[in-house]
Amino acid sequence: MDIRTTGGPATAEEMAAVDGLLGEPESLWEGGERRASDDHLAYGGRATRSRRHLLLPVLHAIQDRSGWVSRGALEYACRRLSIPPAEAYGVVSFYARFGLQPRGALSLHVCDDIACKCSGAEELCAALENAHGPSGVVWHRSPCLGLCDRAPAALVERAGMQHKDRQIAPFTLAQAESILGGGAWPEPATYSMPRQAQPKLLRRIGAVDPESLESYRLHGGFTALGRAEVIGSDAVIREITESRLLGRGGAAFPTGRKWESVAKAAARPHYLVCNADESEPGTFKDRVLMENDPFAIVEGMAIAALATGCEKGFLYVRTEYPLARRRIENAIAQARAQGILKLEIEVRRGAGAYICGEETALFNSIEGKRGEPRNKPPFPVDVGLFGKPTLVNNVETLLNVVDIVVEGGASFAATGTKDSTGTRLFCASGHVTRPGIYEVAMGTPLRALLDTAGARKVQAVLLGGAAGSFLTPDQIDVPLSFEGTRAIGATLGSGAVLVFDDTADMKQVLLRIARFFRDESCGQCVPCRVGTKRQEEILERMLGGRDGDGRSDVLLLSDIAQAMRDASICGLGQTAANAIASGLTQLKVLNV
Amino acid sequence: MSEAVFVGLPRRLVKLTIDGREFEVAEGSTILDACRRMQIDTPTLCQLDNLTPVNVCRVCVVEVEGSRVLVPACSRKVEAGMKVQTDSDRVRHSRRLVLELLASSVDMSLCSPQVHAWMGRYGATPSRFGDQVATAAQPVKIDNDLYVRDYSRCILCYKCVEACGVDAQNTFAIGVVGRGFDAHISTEFDTPLPDSACVYCGNCIGVCPTGALMFKSEHEMRAAGTWDESRQKVTETVCPYCGVGCMLELHVQDNSIVKVTSPLDHSVTSGHLCVKGRFGFEFVQRREAKR
Amino acid sequence: MFGAGGGTSSYQEAEETDLIILWGSNARETHPIFFHHLLRGVRGGAKLIAVDPRRTSSAEWADIWLGIDVGSDIALANAMAREIIHAGLAHTEFISRATTGYEEFARCVEAYTLERAEAETGVPAAAIKEVALAYARAEKGMICWTLGITEHHNATDNVLALINLGLLTGKVGRYGSGLNPLRGQNNVQGGGDMGAIPARLPGFQDLEDPEIHDKFARAWGGATFPGRKGWHLSEMFEAMDRGDLSSLYIVGENPARSEADQGRAVRLLSGLDHLVVQDIFLTHTAQMAHVVLPAAAGWAESEGTVTNSERRVQRVRRALEPPAGARDDIDIICELARRLGSDWGHPTAEQVWDECRSLSPMHAGMAYRRLEELGGIQWPCPDESHRGTQFLHARLWKHPVEGPRAPFHAVEHDPPVDRLSEEFPIRLTTGRRLDSFNTGVQTNEYTSPLRKGEALLISPEDGQRIGVEDGECVRVSSRRGSVDVNVRIEPTLRPGLAFMTLHFPDQVSTNILTIDATDPKSGTAEFKASAIRIDKIPAQVPAS
Repeated sequence: MDIRTTGGPATAEEMAAVDGLLGEPESLWEGGERRASDDHLAYGGRATRSRRHLLLPVLHAIQDRSGWVSRGALEYACRRLSIPPAEAYGVVSFYARFGLQPRGALSLHVCDDIACKCSGAEELCAALENAHGPSGVVWHRSPCLGLCDRAPAALVERAGMQHKDRQIAPFTLAQAESILGGGAWPEPATYSMPRQAQPKLLRRIGAVDPESLESYRLHGGFTALGRAEVIGSDAVIREITESRLLGRGGAAFPTGRKWESVAKAAARPHYLVCNADESEPGTFKDRVLMENDPFAIVEGMAIAALATGCEKGFLYVRTEYPLARRRIENAIAQARAQGILKLEIEVRRGAGAYICGEETALFNSIEGKRGEPRNKPPFPVDVGLFGKPTLVNNVETLLNVVDIVVEGGASFAATGTKDSTGTRLFCASGHVTRPGIYEVAMGTPLRALLDTAGARKVQAVLLGGAAGSFLTPDQIDVPLSFEGTRAIGATLGSGAVLVFDDTADMKQVLLRIARFFRDESCGQCVPCRVGTKRQEEILERMLGGRDGDGRSDVLLLSDIAQAMRDASICGLGQTAANAIASGLTQLKVLNV
Repeated sequence: MSEAVFVGLPRRLVKLTIDGREFEVAEGSTILDACRRMQIDTPTLCQLDNLTPVNVCRVCVVEVEGSRVLVPACSRKVEAGMKVQTDSDRVRHSRRLVLELLASSVDMSLCSPQVHAWMGRYGATPSRFGDQVATAAQPVKIDNDLYVRDYSRCILCYKCVEACGVDAQNTFAIGVVGRGFDAHISTEFDTPLPDSACVYCGNCIGVCPTGALMFKSEHEMRAAGTWDESRQKVTETVCPYCGVGCMLELHVQDNSIVKVTSPLDHSVTSGHLCVKGRFGFEFVQRREAKR
Repeated sequence: MFGAGGGTSSYQEAEETDLIILWGSNARETHPIFFHHLLRGVRGGAKLIAVDPRRTSSAEWADIWLGIDVGSDIALANAMAREIIHAGLAHTEFISRATTGYEEFARCVEAYTLERAEAETGVPAAAIKEVALAYARAEKGMICWTLGITEHHNATDNVLALINLGLLTGKVGRYGSGLNPLRGQNNVQGGGDMGAIPARLPGFQDLEDPEIHDKFARAWGGATFPGRKGWHLSEMFEAMDRGDLSSLYIVGENPARSEADQGRAVRLLSGLDHLVVQDIFLTHTAQMAHVVLPAAAGWAESEGTVTNSERRVQRVRRALEPPAGARDDIDIICELARRLGSDWGHPTAEQVWDECRSLSPMHAGMAYRRLEELGGIQWPCPDESHRGTQFLHARLWKHPVEGPRAPFHAVEHDPPVDRLSEEFPIRLTTGRRLDSFNTGVQTNEYTSPLRKGEALLISPEDGQRIGVEDGECVRVSSRRGSVDVNVRIEPTLRPGLAFMTLHFPDQVSTNILTIDATDPKSGTAEFKASAIRIDKIPAQVPAS
């Protein structure tokens, strides 16, 4: 590709970061020094362009080393990967975690999302603002970091030769001051599971050593994969179909049907993607699973690939989950080294974009592009990652698969309800005394879950995260099943259960949700790009008491909501008004 | 010498129902193709016949029976037995909102009369969001002698990015940058065009539906009040430069070429030109001055 | 090709072929819209191979770039042929049925071992072999070339060497396979079609064939005209030199600037008894003329047709009133005829075209109405029910072959005439840039943000060796003369290779440097290969 770069050279450090990932350039034409062999011959073209998908890993390498992505560094990456700089710039600017302005090596990201707000995040941010200036220079406000059970939360990162990043929760102002002053970082806490009756999916959590394959084996690990290898692809898919397992990522699509479609797809290769980009505010189950039972996820992926004929697997995990990433990488490496895992699995880091949890946006992100969702159809089972048939499953779904293969689909389906089989993980946070992950059989009333988690004086429950909707106290007897929530116009969504007691300022919660969607909209389609902006503006002026006529603003919001729901490309836009609409109509937050 | 013309494989016909009328179109057609064949005027902004549909503006959405959400007519392929509604309340609502949301954030005054007619048809009232809302207003970018970029008119239809990129020019001087409401079209690091990869083919101007991208001469004539499309005549001819044979449309006002385009459906150009074809016409009208 | 000069394929085929060799062509800049078609092919999976001494912007798209030494094309092509034959990949069935001269050709290329080719071209042997086999194995493959092939003293042999490769592998006459010269000017193809070559009448009909000659003479009311072929451009200059040519009528050409060895061209033109120039500008050549006939611009001020590189005849139309005094070419020619005593009336462009169609079978079906309807028609188009011909020579695949077989031509490598030496150690090659055209008469009238004026492009290594920096002025000398020009350091050039354009003759007369060693068959000069020396100009002492 005839690329033009005009931004000047990269620094030696930046080039080393890129070369560390890609290897030394092989010729002048790839960004290296001239050697005699370059005078009369060059290879490139498609071979170089096909490495485009390495853009995000390269950007991470640069940012990990320098703390930000300079123009010179970006253009060097462009030369190495044959990517036009304007396109690469579009990619860098898409992801919130990449910096395009010089910054210090240390960066502190403080969560100010809904659950952390319930635990004093706003006060923490105000204090930081006082001491260190507004967010965006030394410290950064962040959307949900997936540590809601230990709110408030932060993520600290130091760029350099020895790049380090760590999640910290609960996070205190004293810790912030110490870290910003160059002090040591608190060690990560070990996970303690809240007490609950007979967990199944969670049975190994806390018991198994997440860094040891042997320990996993001792807990029955890899027997499912062994059985799958014995019974073969068709039988595995039959069991999954009989289990009537519905995907746990939010869309609740029948897993068996999805697997069958990929298995039958004629085009090759097939790809497997484990969606671990858990970013729905109030959701942290996938993080806990990856941190504490990573081998099981790897085993689930191996089974899925075997059943559907996937030649290669990717696990896409949000960059805010460093421990989860390391544990998964370690699990893959051990399983590969022992020859148990034949599938090649690459772990890819997100870069701060909620939208990449949407499966087609996730594909684009892996391919090194802006995380913009694609229109469907075609569906991923036909045209997915790199345009090939692709199986995408959520972490929790794959964990279920491991059990189904061992116990059989029929046995699995015996738990739960007729239309929602098995158990489900819920993330209880907010105003509860025992926050954490709870596993309950499908169909269990929400009230039971709230009681176990210790919710009192409930004003509202946000079920399913920002993309879900608010339930009023008189709706909390709803059975936690797909059909049960659907009956009252709600959704299980990601399994987030955010509880607000009577002290919560619901106006601020609504505003935070509106800001979240405005921040996270990819900007591709008009209803979502402008709609989320207008939604936030209108809500702001209603809360500010300006313009008086609340009723017409509610109407306006509902008009926008309908267009977003009907005409947006993807689930983000289609659900961006749900919580706000339910807040206004069900909770009557604004009394209009 | 013998004749050999490759016409492609024959395509099967697919029967569907649009607005209660049964109709047959070739397999692989889009709903938009079918609507056009049936003379159903369907609004489009980001669609153009010589570009891959990106279905981002969502103004062409229609209701398809069995689909939870509305679907973009421009990219959705027809299927046998499909039942489509192009004028239901839901469709009208979304089309209206798309036009309102866009017009509340960017200056659409230079869009074609057709776009203004759609606004009227769907009762779009952009002002109803209030006058304190965020817009894309910004100064015009004039950094070269050939064309200007007025992004306060940009509806982010992606057409210029496609024309500069894979659909034609493959230069990728511009891309979509940022995200959400802040997303915009830009060169890398927002460098001026002369420092970018731009090769001034002007194919972005050729596809821009809002006047955000414009020949500098047109921009200046508009500023001077001399731009008058009613006095312009368009003549098709062939580019005087290399031997590719690009079909040009010369827009002539007062015996002066004021703009050059190319027909979208011509097999040589598909509507795209290079810098010489697009801008290299000056010599023909400078002869008298020189003599 | 094989009788009629024209690219065998259509642009659309470039989108659907499996492999394209772009040989001596920087189409990205010189044929940008053809390159769009080519890139659609590349995006669709076609392999792209670029053969060019320079790593051009076209070459940057290639899967493999072979950076041959200037003028070593035949050595490369012959070695590729040898590899193909030795690998058993020659299309023997096609060769035996549809071609002639294979045995001699095979004997000839046998001498072109990979080692020899590597020595002549500079390209590693393994890469030559790889490209040869890739081309031979591709189901569909095209070779496209431009002036990098034809601006050599052995231009015709260069072309024949490429045609040989097509014949050897059966890559001509099928959809997606072909041999395509990309025409450098908007109606080079049309000029040839219309008989503006020494031995041809319109439709590539042989002037020296008595039957053809008779047909035209009858149609032209018994007019008498020569029955033997005339001179091509270089021969005309030779004739001027000998004194055999003393009057010249030039239509739309600027040889005082565009000819190689410009000093000689200007000298010969100024020695003419009578020079008539018909042009839309008062060009340098026109300024030397005894009579200037101001013309309307063909593409925007008059009606007519042109033919493009895929043989598509297309309409040009009048969009502007020409400046006062400038007249349509047809008007001028008819008026001239009248003054010379023959009244041709005042035909419209369409009437002239219809006359042409009545005499040229390959244009017969191309009524204006049909050109309009079909967006141009690719010749041959024998009648008005015919939709034109997308690719040529399908006949070679008929059983039995229709018409004459296609001949192989054994051709030998012959290095550029202007040899490198200690005194002139650097190879200068010339070419075009995207935003400019030929001698700049047209393009220098619009402001291009890309244009930086003329410069001598050299590698960073040469810059360092000579001791000059970007923007510094140097004296460039060849065996014919010297020019002063600013240096631009260009990292894509290898040491020993320099590049200039012909776009700014008023600023730098590049053609003072070029050699007029000319291909005897096509009359093209070797613009692509001059031997030069670059000298740093000592800092000037300011005049007191």
